[in-house]
Amino acid sequence: MSLSLNIVPDKCTGCMQCELACSWVQTGTFQPSRSLIRVNVFDEEASYAPYTCLQCDEAWCMNACPVNAIVIDENTNAKVVLDEVCIGCHLCTIACPFGTVYTLPQTDKAAKCNLCGGEPACSTACPTGAIEVVDSDRPGDWFEPWAQRVDANYREAAAAN
Amino acid sequence: MAGWTGKVLRANLTTGECTIEDIPEQWLKDYVGARGLADRYLYEEMDPTVDPLSPDNKLIFACGPLTGTPAPCGSRYTVVTKGALTNAITTSNSGGHWGPELRFAGYDLLILEGKAPKPSYLYIYDDHVEVRDASAYWGRGVWETEDGLREELGIPGLRIACIGQAGENLVKYACIVNDKHRAAGRSGVGTVMGSKNLKAIAVRGTGGIDIADPKAFMKAVWTMRNEMAENATTAALGELGTASTIDMTNLFGGLPTRNFKQGQFEEAENLNGNAIKDTRMVTNKACFACTIACGRVCRLGEHSDKFLVNMHKRNWKNAGEGPEYEAAWALGADTGVGDLDAVLKANWLCNDLGMDPISMGATLAAAMELYETGVIGDDDVELPLKFGSGDALVRMVEATAYREGFGNELAEGSKLMGDKFNHPEVFMGSKGQEFPAYDPRGFQGMGVAYATCNRGACHLRAWTPGFETSEGIDPHATEGKSEWVVGQQDRSTAHDATGACLFIAFAGADIEQLAPAVSAATGIEYTTEDFLKVGERTWNLEKMWNIKAGFTAKDDWLPKRLRETPHTDGPSAGVTVNLDVMLPIYYKERGWNEDGTPTNDKLAELGLAAI
Repeated sequence: MSLSLNIVPDKCTGCMQCELACSWVQTGTFQPSRSLIRVNVFDEEASYAPYTCLQCDEAWCMNACPVNAIVIDENTNAKVVLDEVCIGCHLCTIACPFGTVYTLPQTDKAAKCNLCGGEPACSTACPTGAIEVVDSDRPGDWFEPWAQRVDANYREAAAAN
Repeated sequence: MAGWTGKVLRANLTTGECTIEDIPEQWLKDYVGARGLADRYLYEEMDPTVDPLSPDNKLIFACGPLTGTPAPCGSRYTVVTKGALTNAITTSNSGGHWGPELRFAGYDLLILEGKAPKPSYLYIYDDHVEVRDASAYWGRGVWETEDGLREELGIPGLRIACIGQAGENLVKYACIVNDKHRAAGRSGVGTVMGSKNLKAIAVRGTGGIDIADPKAFMKAVWTMRNEMAENATTAALGELGTASTIDMTNLFGGLPTRNFKQGQFEEAENLNGNAIKDTRMVTNKACFACTIACGRVCRLGEHSDKFLVNMHKRNWKNAGEGPEYEAAWALGADTGVGDLDAVLKANWLCNDLGMDPISMGATLAAAMELYETGVIGDDDVELPLKFGSGDALVRMVEATAYREGFGNELAEGSKLMGDKFNHPEVFMGSKGQEFPAYDPRGFQGMGVAYATCNRGACHLRAWTPGFETSEGIDPHATEGKSEWVVGQQDRSTAHDATGACLFIAFAGADIEQLAPAVSAATGIEYTTEDFLKVGERTWNLEKMWNIKAGFTAKDDWLPKRLRETPHTDGPSAGVTVNLDVMLPIYYKERGWNEDGTPTNDKLAELGLAAI
């Protein structure tokens, strides 16, 4: 089994309940600056979207880590940071194509979504059902149409050169 | 400290000195936070007789213990000061994300004193606080200011509250706008900010809010959330916004139309919740931690080119928020304008220029009455101020903020404008503040609610229409109304103190549910009765403040039109407001003297003997 978060931007109202829930799990206080899910607000487009780790099948953050501090959780298949192993080099934050690995200002170590061990708090907190937990063989597959479009654009540009 | 941060940030704008102080624990306990706590500070620190636009006036931004927590709609901050429009204590509150950010930065309260020597803004990043030069933003609107500050400071997650041109030009009902579209709107709090040369307050907070008993807190939060999820009001507000109320008030003949000349608006259907949703709305939007999401995000699209007579250049293509019920009424029914595009434009202008749409629309409606009755003529105005003119509406909103032409008269509010033209009867308001969107001839109880409100005419302190249209209650009768208003004023005042949005009370989460949440957050046990006492204490404190400022029973009053002139048709025909019956009952129920002053016994009972 592998879990992932299926995000439905159209349902998001921008209320930040997910950020509060996430920061609570991470820190024991309500502190959105420490949340690992972030709500992006696009004022001009009148659109809001929560955004977090897609739990890539082939996780670049994991590949980039020089000390193997990012490992796969055997229950959820989430890619999780081992805090005691992380040396704070920030390589994973550069490697992540989606910008969803963060470093904590207090410790300078990496932090990313770990799916709360199988019961993501953000999903429970969301009042509109914009964050669904799905049991998926293909993590992050809601993202696939977008990824394919980017990929096609890239190949086209590459072929033109 | 849990629940509260326990800190107040004090910024002296004259000297630029900023200090962080502890809040007395007894005050936290007695007033809970936000409105009540800020009231206490204002009472303690300021002479109520000062000129509201002088440097001696203080401007307080205050959050409650639930602001910035996942308690549903825990997003509110309250601005407390001496109102520029009313000269009374004012308590305007706003949602969005600014209040929570102030709490994450570590403060429950922000007190601004003095006057900056030049246009400035206050920059707060956790405990780094600085008064900075804002000359680049002076003369600019709210939206440009927010975008500009974001670019200048380059900090993700920054939240900005600022004033627009209306505040700079000391329009009497200028508001403070945060997150571009959320406003602490009434009584001229933005005017006070403008008088202090303060353009904006930019806040970034990276800290967290501690909770005394997390388990009990989350239980209380989910009790409220579950209750609200089942409640029909939640769904209605999310689906159709507050403007859905238009149908109800219109049905009862309580939708004031053309400066309260009629109680029903024949074009109400063009402005109601369905009209907005079906024709202009892009999506709905929530404030911080809100599970209702009543905000409307609209786009004009191909309708951008309408109503542009004499207008300054402006890009109408962007998406913006509104209108909500009050704005749709004030800029719509009250001015007789039934075109949603005109109302939407006027609403966005109010947001960007930083003006209260209620007082703006109501003042324009009063001016339209002066025009239609021939008191002012075509020589006085740049375009005819006819009821129903969308061109006049949109242009005069802009002209008011810049104080151009007749806009200079409108900027003073309808009371001063009416007095100046020797027709004080066109002022439809109380304590200098224009009425919001409920005609007391349709809902009798609103009469006593308006007349007795400490911050001038207001619908939020005791919203009677829900109660008055419930089964077995006659909306035109006086029986039981004063008593209900007293109880509700105490409830809503305690509610405001928590930092939660008042709308959750309509959706099934009232102070009965809030008390356990605040208890768990702060570790201080509050019962519902304690909360009612907090509300009553705060209400009496505000009343005492107003008395010191020079207000008397004469100010707890309503205009003649409501008391003596009934509507001639519709469901509220023949009804007048019997304030002379309801007011003595109100004073008695409050435990006050017949002249509307709190008795010494009452003050002692509330722990206010020392004041």
